[in-house]
Amino acid sequence: MSQLEVQTLCKAWGDTRAVSDISFSIEPGEFVALLGPSGCGKSTTLKMIAGLETPTSGSIRLNGRDITRLPPGQRGLAMVFQSYALFPHLSVAENILFGLKARRVAVEERNRRLRQVTELVDLGPQLHKKPGQLSGGQCQRVALARAIVAEAPLCLMDEPLSNLDAKLRNEMRAELRSLQQRLGMTVLYVTHDQVEAMSMADRILLLNQGRVAQMGTPQALYSTPENTFVARFIGNPPMNLIDTGQHRIGIRPEHVHCHHQGEPARVLGCDYHGADTIIDAVLTRLGDQLIKLRLPGHQLLSCGAELKLNWLPEHEHGFCAHSGQRLNTPFAPLSTYFPHTESYHVA
Amino acid sequence: MNRLSWLHAWLMLLPALAMLLAFTHIPTLTTLWHSLFFPARGSEAAEFAGLDNYRMMLEDDVFWQALSNNLWYALGTVPTSIALALVMALWVNSRISGRTALRLAYFTPTMLPMIAVANIWLFFYTPEIGLFNKLLALFGHPGINWLGDPDWALPSLMLMTVWKEAGFFMIFYLAALQTLSRDIYDAAALEGAGRWYTFRRLTLPLLMPTTLFVLVNAILNAFKLVDHLFILTKGGPNNASNLLLYYIYENAFSFFDSNYAATLTAVMLLMLILLALLQFGVLERRIHYR
Repeated sequence: MSQLEVQTLCKAWGDTRAVSDISFSIEPGEFVALLGPSGCGKSTTLKMIAGLETPTSGSIRLNGRDITRLPPGQRGLAMVFQSYALFPHLSVAENILFGLKARRVAVEERNRRLRQVTELVDLGPQLHKKPGQLSGGQCQRVALARAIVAEAPLCLMDEPLSNLDAKLRNEMRAELRSLQQRLGMTVLYVTHDQVEAMSMADRILLLNQGRVAQMGTPQALYSTPENTFVARFIGNPPMNLIDTGQHRIGIRPEHVHCHHQGEPARVLGCDYHGADTIIDAVLTRLGDQLIKLRLPGHQLLSCGAELKLNWLPEHEHGFCAHSGQRLNTPFAPLSTYFPHTESYHVA
Repeated sequence: MNRLSWLHAWLMLLPALAMLLAFTHIPTLTTLWHSLFFPARGSEAAEFAGLDNYRMMLEDDVFWQALSNNLWYALGTVPTSIALALVMALWVNSRISGRTALRLAYFTPTMLPMIAVANIWLFFYTPEIGLFNKLLALFGHPGINWLGDPDWALPSLMLMTVWKEAGFFMIFYLAALQTLSRDIYDAAALEGAGRWYTFRRLTLPLLMPTTLFVLVNAILNAFKLVDHLFILTKGGPNNASNLLLYYIYENAFSFFDSNYAATLTAVMLLMLILLALLQFGVLERRIHYR
């Protein structure tokens, strides 16, 4: 039996539908990322599961128990907030124990769990400080400790790392993931950062305009995007989509290579990223459609330079030009659309 | 810092300092000086009295009565109006329809001048035709002489003061409540904290800075506000509702004994200073400021 089961969950304010017909389930011990652009309904979905927002329709079950209409405190959930939501007047230890005291857990049990959790998140010397005296990373650990100490069957996290600076965020990402795996926590993690979702999650639930765009492993979302939204959202820079009239052919920038022969393209500009360079070019024989490619190292290509591009046919993704859905039937590769039938695929 | 910036600093401070000196510090000192003299008779210079005025005060029954009245008055009005203010603020801060109108309604007593308020309440308290006695009559009660009965005069004043002050303090609590983040309440709800637990462990401690501010003001007001006495009881009957500041006024402007009034003022000032120090000293250490 899965830990969390969400069925046809909807939330509407007047005529605006924030979330429509979202269904998914989470297995015990799984780390699921709820990913999507701003305003896609991911935070609303999380709040409905937490009980901070009432769903318009649909049901939420946790361990087989219907919790759709239960107040937040009776759902048996823990949550880490984006703002950390620490109680500013209480010490770190009191913050962590707040919920256990509210639930009248016995003193010995409380102290045992506090010792355990402070060791896990490395907060020992900070226990008597107030949140105001802690750094952002330490506040993050307190919020995490407060969620862990509840030993709830499901832990919700609402963009917990977005208030940290880039370096600390990378460290915490790895730490959070290893903590989750060591404790076997079931986590639903809201983020708008695809790197976080790709690197931490077992599965990603990608939302777009209140609907599920695709759910699957990071690998599945990257290699077989269900539609053009997923194709453009996952990957940086996003997948190139070349219009052929009937279809749209997608090729990831990292799969495009320069060769002495291939499809002619003209350089528009270069964007140096350190390890690699992102090059903007137009395909001169395909109506000057834009294509981005990622080349290793520092490439100094002047604007207007001519390139020959090629890629493997299995790296082409076909989408319906109207619905944007992935084509499950074989489609004509891009090479067949060119006026000259010169093969540019690498032999 | 060089001399020029020192000069600048002092020049900037000068206007405020001059006003404070002229209207606060110098009058305080002259009051103290005055309290050491007997009243001047005719053209003779006032005779130095030493501490005689203070000795007289200790033997003055009316002073002791006014002081004990004032303490009861403070004890009766301060906690009640603060508690009421908090309850009202919590209520108008919640998501109810018409809360703007409700906030305005609660704040109205504060906007009215005390003299006008006293006149309205004079009608409520009037025997025979007053609102309260009419209401009591509905239940067959013969009615109470609210302001004329020595047992009821002071409680009647306290009731009106609570009505007037609670709305004022509510505004401070409301402002403080609106700065509290929604998130920590969501967090508390998820942690399984009930309403009472959340109030006791979160709201109340987070409002403590406001409570201290309101408490200091409420206590000062309990000794300062006597406007309504002029309309309602004039300290009567038989000093049953006399308060310190009103007694000082009586001494200075009805009995023309400004030296004794100065003595009483000095004592009251000392009391208020001690009270304020006590409040800050005891509470300051236990309050969390953000």
